[in-house]
Amino acid sequence: MTELQTLPAPEKLPSSEGKTKGKSPRGGSRKPESRGTLAFSRSARIKALAKHAVLIIAGGVMIYPLLWMVVSSLRPNDLIFREPGLWLDSLEMGNYTDGWSALTHPFGHYMLNSAVVVIGSILGNLISCSMAAYAFARLQFSGKKVFFGIMLLTIMLPFHVIIVPQYILFSQIGWVNTFWPLIVPKLLATDAFFVFLMVQFIRGLPKELDEAARIDGAGHPRIFLQVILPLMVPALATTTIFTFIWTWNDFFGALIYLTDPEMFTVPVALRAFVDSQSATSWGSLFAMSIVSLLPVFLVFLFGQRFLIKGVATTGIK
Amino acid sequence: MSAIGELSSISRRKRPATAEEKRANRRDNKAAYIFLLPWLIGLGAITVGPMIMSLYLSFTDYNLLQPPEWVGLDNFTRMLGDARLHNSLRVTFTYVLVGVPLQLAVALLIALVLDKGLRGLPFYRSIFYLPSLLGGSVAVAILWKQIFGTSGLVNQVLAMFGVTGPGWISDPSTSLGSIILLHVWTFGSPMIIFLAGLRQIPNMYYEAAEVDGATTLQKFWRITLPLLSPIIFFNLVLQIIGSFQSFTQAFIVSGGNGGPSDSTMFFTLYLYQKGFGQFDMGYASAMAWFLLVIIGAFTAFNFIASKYWVFYDD
Repeated sequence: MTELQTLPAPEKLPSSEGKTKGKSPRGGSRKPESRGTLAFSRSARIKALAKHAVLIIAGGVMIYPLLWMVVSSLRPNDLIFREPGLWLDSLEMGNYTDGWSALTHPFGHYMLNSAVVVIGSILGNLISCSMAAYAFARLQFSGKKVFFGIMLLTIMLPFHVIIVPQYILFSQIGWVNTFWPLIVPKLLATDAFFVFLMVQFIRGLPKELDEAARIDGAGHPRIFLQVILPLMVPALATTTIFTFIWTWNDFFGALIYLTDPEMFTVPVALRAFVDSQSATSWGSLFAMSIVSLLPVFLVFLFGQRFLIKGVATTGIK
Repeated sequence: MSAIGELSSISRRKRPATAEEKRANRRDNKAAYIFLLPWLIGLGAITVGPMIMSLYLSFTDYNLLQPPEWVGLDNFTRMLGDARLHNSLRVTFTYVLVGVPLQLAVALLIALVLDKGLRGLPFYRSIFYLPSLLGGSVAVAILWKQIFGTSGLVNQVLAMFGVTGPGWISDPSTSLGSIILLHVWTFGSPMIIFLAGLRQIPNMYYEAAEVDGATTLQKFWRITLPLLSPIIFFNLVLQIIGSFQSFTQAFIVSGGNGGPSDSTMFFTLYLYQKGFGQFDMGYASAMAWFLLVIIGAFTAFNFIASKYWVFYDD
């Protein structure tokens, strides 16, 4: 019908999940290995070896800065500007204890603030986006096409176009230096990307399920809560994980709305740290940077398959 | 199908409703609007309302303290003569026009190497994907500030080879390049989209080409690239829209001032300074609308140009 229908359809999400682990995801329709004669397979092996070499070097270069930051955070400060290697003579935890208490509040305070915003945003997105998605995917109503088009357009709308009046609005209600400006928009489904993700997912669920429930006398609230919602857990998981990472990393919103150190989330606290410290405290700065990346890294470790499926099927980072 | 695909197909889906469907329509209206209520409120109060408001403000002088004062096209004529704004446009265009193609090229290259059922693919894919999750964070921007500093990691490595590197981020001629590199570093998510696209290309095309004695390069140009072009297009549109809005990295790396000598003064950074540094809200609104027009123009151009290079295998 249009471009990009070649992307795997989201309906494949629930069924293909289990497979990713065992089988390497070359999957699909291509089986290049099946071509070979003996001579061919030898050149293929050399080719594969060359590929591994390229990938290991490229991957190493990509990851090295992160590993180096971890190692440097465990080193005495002066080594950060002298030691490009990864070997550690001794474990120096001082950077972590120094960094933890370097700002007006212990760093845990900012992590707690971030956690509040993250949890609020996740709940907001899950509730409001799934409701809107149900309407778009399953209900017939006047103006549907127009609203759906508007919803898709808002995915691409630059935040800057609305930030000035939004700031004026929220400051007039007295919400500056509260978490509301960061959470309330999520309760109102303004992260339209997730609405789209869920619409795609619901469209892939068999309609017969709703119809059977309807024949049994269930209304839309019940169909939504008891039929659709339990089936769209993979889409909800993807939403949760992306919301977590984006909200945890969100700097611009927090920079604008949170100016009181009491209310700082992790990104603005780190920024305050950079600004307040001289070049001599890079160790503790690195240490707190690592601490701030840790939750994202953990989510990445455990939620990888949802992340990768989410990117592959909807094409947004 | 992607958001972009959906959007361009909406107009084509017209079909008159049957009588039965019309009856069903009426039945669902109330339920539908209840389900849509949060989204509708958000659309009005958080998105469209503020958009209209910022359009109005762009014709006013407003500092938050006094009520907005109508000044007509003043803000826009000021923009014409604002040399720092012109510089910020140049910086942003350089970032987008160099950073996006470079990032996509690397993403495609690695995806091509990764395709074809390589052993350990999930492991490699994770390694390459991780930076795109972390790249938007303040922490990584801090790391970048160190790495490309005068005695940062890059220069320490160069020193091992006896080369004295410049202070990459303190030198106006290399500072923007350092931030572009950070963007390229986050090629993981377009790479995953490319991988998904590559897997959709039927193997029989390659087999047929091999029978005809096609070389690897020929297969790439004649099969892979045309069949992947919708995905390339999709990545291009998204990355351009996103890159125009980049903010955090330049803000942190430059210490918030877009320096040295405005070499990393992104348009969004300048907008932030005008709006939330100097509380020149009218001017910031005018800039925001200008940004919207630029992004809209780029996207429209992409769609028009796509007719000449994007191939649909219908």
